[in-house]
Amino acid sequence: MAAEEVLEQNGWRQAVTGRQEDINAAGGVRTSQTPFEGPTQSASPSRQRSDVPFFLLMGGLSASFIMLIVLLLAADFMFTSFADFRDALLKPEIQAAFRLTLISCTVAAVLSVWVGTPLGYLLSRYKFPGRWVIDTLVDIPIVLPPLVLGLSLLILFHLNLGEWQLEKWLRDGVGFPVTYRWPAVILAQFSVSCAFAVRTMRVTFDQISPRTEDVARTLGCTRAQAFLLVSLPQAWKGIIAAGTISWARALGEFGPILVFAGATRMRTEVLSTSVFLELSIGNLDAAVAVSLLMVAMAVVVLLILRVLGTGLSS
Amino acid sequence: MIELQNVNIRAGQFSLTGISFRVEPNEYAVLMGPTGQGKTTILEAICGLRNVIGGKVLIYDQDVTKFQPGDRGIGYVPQDLALFPTMTVQQNLEFALKLRKWSPADIVKRVEELSGELSIRHLLKRTIKALSGGESQRVALGRALSFRPSVLLLDEPFSALDEVTRAEMHGLLRTVTSTSGVTTLHITHSTQEAEALANRRLVLLGGTLSESVAESTAKKVP
Repeated sequence: MAAEEVLEQNGWRQAVTGRQEDINAAGGVRTSQTPFEGPTQSASPSRQRSDVPFFLLMGGLSASFIMLIVLLLAADFMFTSFADFRDALLKPEIQAAFRLTLISCTVAAVLSVWVGTPLGYLLSRYKFPGRWVIDTLVDIPIVLPPLVLGLSLLILFHLNLGEWQLEKWLRDGVGFPVTYRWPAVILAQFSVSCAFAVRTMRVTFDQISPRTEDVARTLGCTRAQAFLLVSLPQAWKGIIAAGTISWARALGEFGPILVFAGATRMRTEVLSTSVFLELSIGNLDAAVAVSLLMVAMAVVVLLILRVLGTGLSS
Repeated sequence: MIELQNVNIRAGQFSLTGISFRVEPNEYAVLMGPTGQGKTTILEAICGLRNVIGGKVLIYDQDVTKFQPGDRGIGYVPQDLALFPTMTVQQNLEFALKLRKWSPADIVKRVEELSGELSIRHLLKRTIKALSGGESQRVALGRALSFRPSVLLLDEPFSALDEVTRAEMHGLLRTVTSTSGVTTLHITHSTQEAEALANRRLVLLGGTLSESVAESTAKKVP
């Protein structure tokens, strides 16, 4: 039982009976002062008030945003025709972009969950010195302007440390160049989507009581076993939610990809890049068609999240 | 046997110093005292969930102060029970046995035995969510006793139960603890519960632990 709840009950009882009571037995909170005094009976019983203005105002403000989204989607649909849509999707460049988008988003999402789960868990369970620093750092990719993130990635890979350079080493030493290739697409997507995965996993573990882990440890688990056998199974909905959010976020990624991976057709082109490229050559029909395709993909992802979300809250 | 020697515990703002007591083998001790005195903290220190900053915790004469909780071999039933929600009743009971790599045949036998003793055989396939308060208590008790620990710690497990169920649980506890010969330390507020179960009473008041065999001392505790 929450402490506030107990306090409130206690306050209520005091207000009604007018005597101090120790509610040790009920929940273990003792208060010496009266938390609130009941209002005096001043409102006349014949007075009738309406909640209609409240709902009108709240509903009106809410509707303005809902309308905006609906109108945006409706305009897209009205602009394009099915023929445009089909033509755009039959273009080999766009098909390649669609494939790369599916693969890169999935890889980025899996990596995000893989990294976000331990980080979210540590942030949720442990109070360690410098936790607030890590907490803040995790949010940086979320608040950073996308182009700045892309530029930062580019600089990181091409910064000369004496003779050494990360990109040169990856290209010549490892044989795996990154910049302006598909790995750059995934890394750019990962840098942002992982931050969302960490946030989601942290909230997930915040909602899972550490008590079951404690008991598991008394039953013979190490911390690792308690995490794997007891907490992780309880977190599966959060894991799927984190994966979905990461995936959706990776889908929308554009700025960092443009800067760090370039916009080479058939090679580093993802759907968001396609929209940009089609738009830049004045092919508005194809741009809108690809946009609608992305809308459809995002809606599917959001629906999955919705279904899981209702499951989570129940 | 449980023994605390001059134990100091700190939990945030709260601290306990110089706690010493001894519960003999096969004894059933209750730990009483008003809320907020640190009874739960003591229990958590014994099972290793809370760090002890001074003194020693001994289980059957072995110093376990630096042991991980899982290496202490203590059965623990917390106040909130903390049953594993993703598992069935049977899986909860088997949990500690699988960790100890018991053979499947032994596990089946033990679960059979436990579920019989606790009258929860009909619940084995159920999920945790589908259990009533009393049923949950039985499962938590079964899970704690499954691996035949030498020491059992109970933290007000019956505070949320109705009178009838509580009396039932008292009878059950008496049988289970006396047949298994487990050394038990049980936190309770209820003098009735202490009378029904304990052959030893400890009272924690104002940071000091006193032993009260006499009825009168225990009665002072609210």
